[in-house]
Amino acid sequence: MALKRRRDRGELEIPTASLPDIVFQLLIFFLVTTTIDVDKGLDLVLPPPDTQEIKINPKNITNLLINDAGQILIDEEVVSVGDVDNIIRDKLLENDKLIVSVKTARKTKYDTYIKVLDQLKRAGATRISIAEPEGS
Amino acid sequence: MAFKIEKKTKLKIGIPTASLPDIIFQLLIFFMVSTVLREFTGLKVSLPEASKIEKLPTKRHVTTIWVDRFNNIVDDDVTVKQLTELRTIVYNKLAADPQLIVSLRVDKDADMGIISDIQQELRKANALRINYSALPTH
Repeated sequence: MALKRRRDRGELEIPTASLPDIVFQLLIFFLVTTTIDVDKGLDLVLPPPDTQEIKINPKNITNLLINDAGQILIDEEVVSVGDVDNIIRDKLLENDKLIVSVKTARKTKYDTYIKVLDQLKRAGATRISIAEPEGS
Repeated sequence: MAFKIEKKTKLKIGIPTASLPDIIFQLLIFFMVSTVLREFTGLKVSLPEASKIEKLPTKRHVTTIWVDRFNNIVDDDVTVKQLTELRTIVYNKLAADPQLIVSLRVDKDADMGIISDIQQELRKANALRINYSALPTH
């Protein structure tokens, strides 16, 4: 009986059929967990150099001024950063050709500028003009 | 009856799978070796936060300009000492790659004056597509 059983077993081997699956799992695990940190940010296209100034109907322009202290002025009215979004959205509903002209002072913090730009993007303003800062 | 017995002693047919892991490992190693992650150290900046941020469409056609709070400027691996140098650097990069996007990684405590000066230089170099790097708001 014992002899017969040994013959039944045949060759001893480690099963390798599942190895590719293990390797695939490893591959997929690393594919999923690896994060190549992608740059994210606010897109903007600068105007080409030496462009002649185009006359724009003053009705289609909203001036947005940011001073050194980070205070924001939209069409002669002082507003807070969080309100820019709604004000510009309302203005865009009235006039879809509106161009928002952002003008900063040289000492304005970049952070404030980005916050305002973010608010403008949130309001859906696509026509944004960046004016050169005043003063030096 | 005789026919049935013959069928029991059939041959085992199978594709040898022992070398499959080797093939997959080779693939893995090939992609690991051929993938180039181009990274520059740049400057230490704390980026501003924004909500409406978009991913940069590519990583290949990007040049990064770092500006820290002390107004140091670095473009990829070149330290820009004078702002006028930036125009030539970016112009050459744009000539090599017309699809160039300039990614600005600026410290949130930097002043707008320097940013504006950089933008004027970029305009003169005709590099008009820019991206202000920002972190997502929490």
